[in-house]
Amino acid sequence: HSSYRQDTTPLFDTSQLSIASPCTETFNVMATGELNPNHYPARRAAQVVQHYLNTRYGSPFRLIGVQKVHSANAEDVADSGRKYQLELSVKETISNTTENCSAELFFPRGVEQHSPKVQASCEALLKIDTKAQEEALYQEYKRNQSLVSAQNLPDSHGRIAPDMEPFWQLGILASSFIMLNESNENTLYNVAQVANITQLATEDDQLKFDCHTLLHDMVSQEIIHWKLLFTWSPPEGVKVLQMEKLPHRHEQEEPPNTN
Amino acid sequence: MLLWRYDALPLLLMSLMYFVCNRVEYDYYKYHPMSEITSWMEQLVKDHPDVVTIVKYGKTYENKDISLLKIGLNTGKEKKAIWMDCGIHAREWIAPAFCQYFVRQILQTYKTDAKMEAMVKNMDFYVTPVLNIDGYIYSWASNTTRLWRKNRSPGPSDCGCNGTDLNRNFDANWGTVGVSFNCCSQTYPGSKPMSEPEARSVADFLGSRKDSFLCFLTIHSYGQLLLVPYGHPNYTAPNYDELMMVGLGAAEAIWKVHGKNYTVGTSPDVLYANSGSSRDWARLQGIPLTYTFELRDKGTYGFELPEDQIQPTCEEAYSGALHIITYAHDKTFSGAVATSAVTLWTVLLAAGVTGATLM
Repeated sequence: HSSYRQDTTPLFDTSQLSIASPCTETFNVMATGELNPNHYPARRAAQVVQHYLNTRYGSPFRLIGVQKVHSANAEDVADSGRKYQLELSVKETISNTTENCSAELFFPRGVEQHSPKVQASCEALLKIDTKAQEEALYQEYKRNQSLVSAQNLPDSHGRIAPDMEPFWQLGILASSFIMLNESNENTLYNVAQVANITQLATEDDQLKFDCHTLLHDMVSQEIIHWKLLFTWSPPEGVKVLQMEKLPHRHEQEEPPNTN
Repeated sequence: MLLWRYDALPLLLMSLMYFVCNRVEYDYYKYHPMSEITSWMEQLVKDHPDVVTIVKYGKTYENKDISLLKIGLNTGKEKKAIWMDCGIHAREWIAPAFCQYFVRQILQTYKTDAKMEAMVKNMDFYVTPVLNIDGYIYSWASNTTRLWRKNRSPGPSDCGCNGTDLNRNFDANWGTVGVSFNCCSQTYPGSKPMSEPEARSVADFLGSRKDSFLCFLTIHSYGQLLLVPYGHPNYTAPNYDELMMVGLGAAEAIWKVHGKNYTVGTSPDVLYANSGSSRDWARLQGIPLTYTFELRDKGTYGFELPEDQIQPTCEEAYSGALHIITYAHDKTFSGAVATSAVTLWTVLLAAGVTGATLM
């Protein structure tokens, strides 16, 4: 059960180790049954619920985050995947309201990468009234002669200009569709930064945006670049028209002036 | 004559103010580039020559000096010690900010707070504000480099990318879990254990002094976690129970400050399995209390934590770190005090029981 090197004496003082025994579970076997709500399997599943809730209930003035996982349960479903059940509390970040929710997730397994399926009911979130703010934002940018464009939300120092905050939120909402699609039991996604969000002209009543977003996956620690085309209006919410993963950028290609 | 006097007064006042205000207070609640951190360190030695020295203990890949601040009241004998390092990962800017705050707090409180005074007398604090200096400077270069994590050493010759994840490079179950041998990966552990000069610097400095160290704290972001060894799921530290107990105490201390929840556990339990971390290496050296701090937040701003959160983050993290350090100190130094207290009570009780007078 140990993984000492075979060729030489151990490179470290083994008196500082006590081998967990029996070592029956390898680290590739996922926990099943009742899960510890503080451990990573429940935490990762809760994050997927967060992305789902933002795609369903989110708006530029309603952004949802996981507050705490109260209980979690996982079971294998034949050979097709794994099902999770969660009891969690979520927080809407602007109004600071908290709600308890139940959620069920299914992570499919197979040769092709499938997106997780989520069912969650947090109806109280809809009761947070953002209609007036949404309408005001919509009218302002529908009427505006010039098209809004913002970069680096937040910037290197964590700053976002107050009038750009709704666009940061929109960027996060649109990114939630990607994060939901891309999630599995070995990922934990957050938006690291909305690198660019640019309004495009439209003929219809939607606001339309081109967006370059940087996702951080905690598990691999990678920063993944995505480009998105999406629309938004108060009645329709966010609709993603196109999404495209950008190739891994090699920092070596951009030598900056470090002095 | 009167006119001259009136003219002179504002000038005089301005000169006085310039003299007084020229020593601008260091702003601990802003992020500072490396040059400012270096100046700050040098200024601290000037301001507190009896307690602070700078120790240069290695070089980065780009040949910059890696320095720590050694803080302690010199008793002339080899002292027990506390280690803290920040900024192993370049993009985690809140970590170096915390190291600077931590040092400021010690220096501000040791003269007036009896407990801190005792700790500074009994122990030396070794604080490295930025370990991965090359990476940190790179992350300040432009918007596109802000999210760099690794150091800046070149990859293998056939690789188009550079940088090694220093927190996978230490000789602790190296290369087994939580790494990718793709040299472009953020968790590339290097060509071999301790291949990186930054990691070797820590190992060389601590290696000969390991028996002195009671505590090894390595500061990161984000996630709001306190991680205990080991990163490999098949190994448990012999003092796991103690590590958890003290860690939970630290998390409670953190929560009391601003209500933020920090989860305590091993990496494989609460985050992910990993190998080659500095924390695991330190534990394997025998340093009993080793923790990784993952500071704010939980993903809203992530690495780009707003400056208005620097102060509350530092305040809560300080409370947590102090809990661990105080435990380590009291375990080592209060033993004598406790023993004599027990002896005294035993004598008093015995005297009470027998009716004997003590005088």
